[in-house]
Amino acid sequence: MFAYLKRPEEGRTVTIEYEGRKLIARAGDTVAAALLASGIDRFRSTPVSQSPRGPWCMMGACFDCLLEIDGVPNRQGCQVTVVEGMTVRSQQGARRVSP
Amino acid sequence: MKTIPLAIIGAGPAGIAAALTAARHGLKPVVFDEQPAPGGQIYRALESTPLRDPELLGQDYWHGRSLIEALRRESVDYRPGHMVWQLTRDGEIGVLAGDTAALIRAERIVLATGAQERPFPVPGWTLPGVMGAGAAQVLLKTSGVVAQAPMVLAGSGPLLYLVAVQYLRAGAKVAAILETTSKENRRLALAHIGGAIRGWRYLKKGAELLRELKRAGVRHERHVVALRAEGDETLTGVGWRTADRPDDWQHCEATTLLLHHGVVPNVQMTRALGGAHDWSEQQLCWRPRRDAFGRSDIENFFIAGDGGGIGGARAAQLQGELAALAALESLGHIDGPTLAREAAPARRKLDAELVVRPFLDALYRPGDSWRRPDDDVVVCRCEEISAGEIRRVAKLGCAGPNQMKSFTRCGMGPCQGRLCGLTVSEILAAENDQSLEQTGYYRLRPPFKPITLGQLASAAGGAPEAPARNETETAS
Repeated sequence: MFAYLKRPEEGRTVTIEYEGRKLIARAGDTVAAALLASGIDRFRSTPVSQSPRGPWCMMGACFDCLLEIDGVPNRQGCQVTVVEGMTVRSQQGARRVSP
Repeated sequence: MKTIPLAIIGAGPAGIAAALTAARHGLKPVVFDEQPAPGGQIYRALESTPLRDPELLGQDYWHGRSLIEALRRESVDYRPGHMVWQLTRDGEIGVLAGDTAALIRAERIVLATGAQERPFPVPGWTLPGVMGAGAAQVLLKTSGVVAQAPMVLAGSGPLLYLVAVQYLRAGAKVAAILETTSKENRRLALAHIGGAIRGWRYLKKGAELLRELKRAGVRHERHVVALRAEGDETLTGVGWRTADRPDDWQHCEATTLLLHHGVVPNVQMTRALGGAHDWSEQQLCWRPRRDAFGRSDIENFFIAGDGGGIGGARAAQLQGELAALAALESLGHIDGPTLAREAAPARRKLDAELVVRPFLDALYRPGDSWRRPDDDVVVCRCEEISAGEIRRVAKLGCAGPNQMKSFTRCGMGPCQGRLCGLTVSEILAAENDQSLEQTGYYRLRPPFKPITLGQLASAAGGAPEAPARNETETAS
């Protein structure tokens, strides 16, 4: 479980939505950092055994922080910067194939 | 396709130093950086970190300031948020920025893609709450985000102490350090004490960190020989055994466990290009072949920094200078005598910088049981293949990692072997009683990271140059 050392200064925050819940993030944070700082450490379940996963490396190598961001699945949460109004969803199992 | 004289991939100390060296000689390089801002992992988020008090992250971090300021000031075409997904031996580079892919050709390419943490497969290491110690550092540097108590650090190496000290300085708590450095390692490292004394600054820094931890009263368990992360859906505790009490599992509560067994070169690109790699028994990793100037065995490619073998940030910076000089010379931009004259001081400093490495490598060498875990441990995190499955397939006659892929899918997930490759090669070599060279490594191919067909299509037919964007997007 993670948290901000100091709450991000007002005026320098971004609000995103995760699974229908509003999260306040520091502007410039990655989506993975924003979720962790809000106490979320389970990001997805695996395609093979549906076991729970969260970020491992935070530097783009492990692909364990995969999320659905603004409707696009399989995005590396640690490589995408938060944007006001962004919608993020946990990814359960394999990605959905768009119709 | 547009052709440029010099491209640099990566903007850590090696990439930045290479770019500055080229710029100083009047050649404007293009730097492709996957990250949103320069600094690599070591100087990550230096311009924007909320932790502005220089005491918190320490002098070695703020050393990067002069490099990054120079990069911003000098004539360098710096492109953050540009992920390189393809490279060919002809110098063709595929980059993705946002959703726009583009192809560009460079006459010379300096690869400065750095290192990643060594895989640390133990029971439960896939549980949410278990991370690399480097990940915690990224969170601290970029966002001022820290693990809430109880947090446990386990493994060995200087970064373990550094993360603990940075946490304490920031006012966060460290419940315990479980150190895996063995008594045997201490004895073996003594053989390299001469180098350690010449590289005394590193020893001094290590001793200071340890003193700070002791003063703070952090629980420090030594000679840990086995470790497991406990919990069902998420981490709830850590268990370990020590050499002194080998039959007793000891426990403590933990909601975060940070693991670290040193760093290893990121070889994704040099492997995909088909360059020669040698197994380093000293560093227990693959090292792409390069000469003293960083010239690779792949024509027109140069390797600078930890991507060619672990030397640390200061060494990487010097290697960046050297690789850029060699590239400039091979372009005919500077002549041989200029190369020799300019390289000499950097070479001297580099030798002095690397003199401590044999000592550190021996002291913090992870033991065999950490690198070749028990059968029940997951090795390939993506495809969830256990060490036992790898051994079973080896017994069927599977000699190398590529054949094993078709048996098991091990290494075929999205991380493309980054988190299992070393473990797989080491297990197969041991099972088949053959050398690492005979066993080999995964055959890697572009794209280095997943890229959508839509993004790929945007590169066709003279797409406009990818705009610089302040983020990286690597969708499926």
